[in-house]
Amino acid sequence: MLELFPLIILLPLLGAFINGLFYRKMPNLVAAWIGNLAVAIPFFITLGSLFAYHPMENTVPHLFTLFEWIHVGNFQVDFAYQVDQLSLYMTLIITGIGSLIHLYSVGYMHGEEGFNRFFVYLNLFIFSMLNLVLGDNLVLMFLGWEGVGLCSYLLIGFDYHKDSAANAGMKAFITNRIGDVGFAVGIFLTYWYVGSVRYVDLINALPYALPYKEIINWVALAFFIGAIGKSAQIPLYVWLPDAMAGPTPVSALIHAATMVTAGVFMIARLNPIFYATTWASDYIAITGAVTALFAATIGLQQTDIKKVLAYSTVSQLGYMFLAMGVGAYTAGMFHLMTHAFFKALMFLGSGSVIHAMHHEQDMRNMGNLKNYMKITWITFMIGTLAIAGIPPFSGFFSKDLILEKAYSHHGIGPILWGIGIAGAFTTAFYMFRLVFLTFYGEERIDVHVKKHLHESPWQITVPLVLLAVGAAFAGFLQVPHILGGGVHILEDFFKPVFEQSLKVADSWGITKEPHVISESTEWILLLISVGVAGLGIFLSYNIFQVKKTVPPKDEEFQGMAKVLYNKYYVDEIYDSTIIQPVMQISDALAEDVDQKIIDGSVLGIGRFFSGLSSYLRKLQTGIVGDYALYIVLGAIVVVFFLFYKGA
Amino acid sequence: MNLISGIPVPYYLSLAGIMFTIGMFGVLLRRNAVVIFMSVELMLNAVNLVFITFSKSTAQVGGEVIVFFVMAIAAAEAAIGLAIVIAIHRQKKTVHVDEMNLLKW
Repeated sequence: MLELFPLIILLPLLGAFINGLFYRKMPNLVAAWIGNLAVAIPFFITLGSLFAYHPMENTVPHLFTLFEWIHVGNFQVDFAYQVDQLSLYMTLIITGIGSLIHLYSVGYMHGEEGFNRFFVYLNLFIFSMLNLVLGDNLVLMFLGWEGVGLCSYLLIGFDYHKDSAANAGMKAFITNRIGDVGFAVGIFLTYWYVGSVRYVDLINALPYALPYKEIINWVALAFFIGAIGKSAQIPLYVWLPDAMAGPTPVSALIHAATMVTAGVFMIARLNPIFYATTWASDYIAITGAVTALFAATIGLQQTDIKKVLAYSTVSQLGYMFLAMGVGAYTAGMFHLMTHAFFKALMFLGSGSVIHAMHHEQDMRNMGNLKNYMKITWITFMIGTLAIAGIPPFSGFFSKDLILEKAYSHHGIGPILWGIGIAGAFTTAFYMFRLVFLTFYGEERIDVHVKKHLHESPWQITVPLVLLAVGAAFAGFLQVPHILGGGVHILEDFFKPVFEQSLKVADSWGITKEPHVISESTEWILLLISVGVAGLGIFLSYNIFQVKKTVPPKDEEFQGMAKVLYNKYYVDEIYDSTIIQPVMQISDALAEDVDQKIIDGSVLGIGRFFSGLSSYLRKLQTGIVGDYALYIVLGAIVVVFFLFYKGA
Repeated sequence: MNLISGIPVPYYLSLAGIMFTIGMFGVLLRRNAVVIFMSVELMLNAVNLVFITFSKSTAQVGGEVIVFFVMAIAAAEAAIGLAIVIAIHRQKKTVHVDEMNLLKW
């Protein structure tokens, strides 16, 4: 199966290519088939490759080169790919959830304008994302990184005739550029010190990197800035909530399950650098924890169903970075996977609701939908229980693992854990607020919408059910030993990826030895995390189910709720502190520097010569005889010149 | 002194110089296109005379060869030049060169 691997990368490109060339003429059904097969076939090849690779025993990555790309002196970059546990894991998530979302899109986008164009972008996205995760060097990862950014921009602005969508696309693109500068600087530094951009060389160079211990921290920070932009962490998270202007399958695929987790994947991929950091990883952990809580509090007062999910995505990504920061890479990757399941599920569920409600997204106009949409309701419920961290759903296992690792982290560990717990409580509360407002309580639905209210077609419900299965059971890949058995499939699975770096870090004596926590402490941690989740749900039930509270109209928010509803006014602060000054400086540069100085000097030179020409022009009389005279005079000058030169 | 057919070389060269100068002033001062044309031919033949003179006095055949080229080109040029003069005459009913002042932008 491994020899079929190039197909995994090429089929989505081919799909994008065919649909892209013929999308104007192509019948929707054909485009949908091409788009779906271009992702579904790679999924099955990946599954086959997973077994052919024997991930549990094999410790050597399978490398193959498609073709040479850049060869300049010692700088060599190829379209070469690295298949190992980490990239296989990501490829499975991307193609697996990707195919479900492609199928979903057939139902969701049915009859929409630009149906074929949508599949072009989706396939192109999958291609870019696969390059990001499968490339065997940093430059190819950067290519994928920019490719997914482009597709994200195209898909957010899919309804480009709407100003809000076009602006949201631009916001996402520009915000990501800021992060990408950090990523690029990281690549430069890596090449400068290692002399190669391949991961394999990176790992092999690590044992000799001890003299550069301090610099490694800065390199790691540069890469982390890239991750902040792509994975929507403080302070660059602002683009993700706006990105919800895109169609809902896009929110599920790109802005929940795959692209935004690229930053987490990058840290795992560059574990030789991040393991060797002494202080930079603490910043990652703090950023993650603070983002997790901060975004969760904003989620408390949002009324747009997709905005709530967007802030919860930012918050959950914060948990993943918390895990990466405390060195619990397996926990981070675990949460990445469970989050991909339950968040994609909930986005698709919200899409099913929006589809049925004729593009109504405001939860104040919903309520009691459980009577109309059984499958959507039940699957959404599973997703919500998973994200809230209720056992035995998947989110419980992954979030609990992260919190446990955070607690046992040296130094600031307990503080990080505290922030994480507060975030978990908030998460449970606002997610159930969403559920109660949408699926329970009074019907606040517009009468015209109500007439057409119906469960969505099978293309939508089948992915929902399959994702719900994943969201419910994926957690059993890694069960804490206090809950009996002690299943650690994932830990063993990822061991070969991190082993080498860990050994080097150990030999330097910079591994942050986690506190050993006793079984009873572990029980207490676990009970607290389940307890706060239960408390959040209970409060939410009291407020929104028993008291039937409904969020007020936009202008009637009061006090703290108003601050949260307006997202801490972060957009306004950015606008006045960064965007407006930049605009003013640009205006000043355009008017004074460009128009006066640059244009002035360029046009001035032109005017000087045209002024001079107006005198010379008088020689050009048009009379043939005058020209003959000039020729003779010229000939005389030449003759005299030759005479004197000859002498 | 070097003689050709009993006449010293500077005589030939002086004659050529006088012919060339007459031709040149003819081109510059006359206003009739046909006369200017004749003056150009005179200049060409003055040059031809110089070529022949040096060819003879240095006993090298190259000068004579070039003269043949000049004559051939002069013939071709005469054909084209006269054609242009006729075309202009048809257009403007005159061959006076001061009337031809369109050679500018």
